[in-house]
Amino acid sequence: MSATVPATTPAARRRIGLRGLFAGRTRPPLPVLIGIGIVGVIALASLLAPLIAPYPPDKLDFLNQLQAPSFSHLMGTDDAGRDVFSRTLYGMRVDLGIVLLVTYVPMPLGVLIGAVAGYFGGIVDTVVSRVADTMIAFPFIVLVIAIIAIVGPGLTGVLIGVPIAAWALYARLARSEMLVMREQQFMLATTALGYTKRRAILRHAVPNLMRSSLIYSTVDLVVNLLLLAGLSYLGLGQQPPGAELGTIIAGGQAYLLSAWWIATLPGLVLVAFGVGVGLIGDGLSDGRMRGGAS
Amino acid sequence: MLPYLLRRLAQSLVVLFGLAVVTFLIIHLVPGDPVQQMLGARATPHTVATVRLQLGLDRPLLAQFGSFVGDTVTGRFGDSITQSAPVGQLIGQRIAPSALLIAYGMLIALVIGVPLAIVAALRPNGFADNLIRVATTFSFAMPTFWLGLMLALLLGLELHVFPVSGYSGGIGGVLRTLTLPALTLGLSLSAIVVRTLRSSLLEVLQTEYIDAARARGLSERRVIGKHAMRNAVMGTITVLSVNLGFLIGGTVVIESVFQIPGLGSLLVQSVEHRDYQLVQTLALLAGATVVLVSLATDFLQAAIDPRIRLASA
Repeated sequence: MSATVPATTPAARRRIGLRGLFAGRTRPPLPVLIGIGIVGVIALASLLAPLIAPYPPDKLDFLNQLQAPSFSHLMGTDDAGRDVFSRTLYGMRVDLGIVLLVTYVPMPLGVLIGAVAGYFGGIVDTVVSRVADTMIAFPFIVLVIAIIAIVGPGLTGVLIGVPIAAWALYARLARSEMLVMREQQFMLATTALGYTKRRAILRHAVPNLMRSSLIYSTVDLVVNLLLLAGLSYLGLGQQPPGAELGTIIAGGQAYLLSAWWIATLPGLVLVAFGVGVGLIGDGLSDGRMRGGAS
Repeated sequence: MLPYLLRRLAQSLVVLFGLAVVTFLIIHLVPGDPVQQMLGARATPHTVATVRLQLGLDRPLLAQFGSFVGDTVTGRFGDSITQSAPVGQLIGQRIAPSALLIAYGMLIALVIGVPLAIVAALRPNGFADNLIRVATTFSFAMPTFWLGLMLALLLGLELHVFPVSGYSGGIGGVLRTLTLPALTLGLSLSAIVVRTLRSSLLEVLQTEYIDAARARGLSERRVIGKHAMRNAVMGTITVLSVNLGFLIGGTVVIESVFQIPGLGSLLVQSVEHRDYQLVQTLALLAGATVVLVSLATDFLQAAIDPRIRLASA
């Protein structure tokens, strides 16, 4: 899946590939590099959690309850003496795994549905658009909670609920771009050359539609991360004692005054990750605007 | 203007119908017997049968859907099984805190967001603009429940300015109990307000009538305050209306943080109690509110802005 721009001029041809997303610059701008750095460190740390974490995430230690952050417990300990830093690493692992799934599974599906609706128009378009409108009309978290009500609280509910709600925004985005793209030379050429509709959509339209959806997905990634943590905080996502950032923070709420670190520090990790992704996303959309492509 | 409004009205009706279908399906998609799930494993077969009859779950699907829509339109939602009270009454008791929280949060978002957007748009890529961009990036990445806890820790537990949980009515009570929750909601919304309003202001500032206003020698204050803002107000109204869903979603989490007896915390409770009937009604209510407000916003804009009126004629 390469998000490329139709190459017309030699200058444009050089912009193909991931680098092309930054409008032909040889190096991504500084904020993007910072963003990649933050996201990289957090992702790597959670991926390597079993190697890095100083303690097992569920190890109870009643002699060391509610210890303030120190060198032996970087983020302190919680009310059961569990190491908050280790729990955060393992929790981020759960969060990132699920968030990547619930963001990047519905994205291509949504783009495909939107592309088909925009390409054919007519009744297909009307039906898809109204269904998407309906999904988007629900406040996102309310729709996901409603689906969790059916499936039952837990991560399964999140895994099913978010994709059911999330494809619609991508479909709407891809549909509106498809309406314009349908009339462009290269799409008209697919008809003139007698390509099948399937080939025209899958091979020629979808790769081009992916670009803006990929940029939007950075926002979606943060939204879904905060949603997952929020649902777990409410007791509807990850169930305690499983480590997940929302449940860790919820567990620290009762000790806000006596042990501020339990709720505060894992939250800062969430914020840092969101800021990192946001910086990358801003860089991508800036590059798009300056490049003037697509 | 009329064809445009009629088309929008028809679209909204279709979406409202879709919302009704989706929420109606909730109770029917529950794996196993929804009534048994609601009442728990200890319920006798007799009780289960009685409740099923009471909920009309034995009737044909189409008839059930008919009465679901009928109940919603007339506001008679039947009785909640787990709370043993009429659903309509439960919602009525809890709607005020939620509505006030949303209104108060919007107000705070505007008070913070509009000035920042103007400052940022006046010198794009200047120092202030970059600083504001960094701030909005941070506030966009903050989980609302975490931000709420941090504000509760700082302003509630450390400085004792506000209570950190509960709700009381009346102007004084609302100011005391809802300020922290509304600040949480407003801060997360303000990032969106700043970003949208900044770009719509930048667009307006590049138009010819702004050049014309400057060429006539009007003061910068007047150019921005009167000519540019007037056009950007439209954008602000749209931002608020488009993000109503975001605000409603925010109240679900924030009401739980601050233990406010509103519709959001009712929704969470009803999931915990497996009260599908209550979940259905609340989800439909949330979706319908978003659709109706966005319809009203479009009508309002068509009334205010001659460009919309004439373009669609």
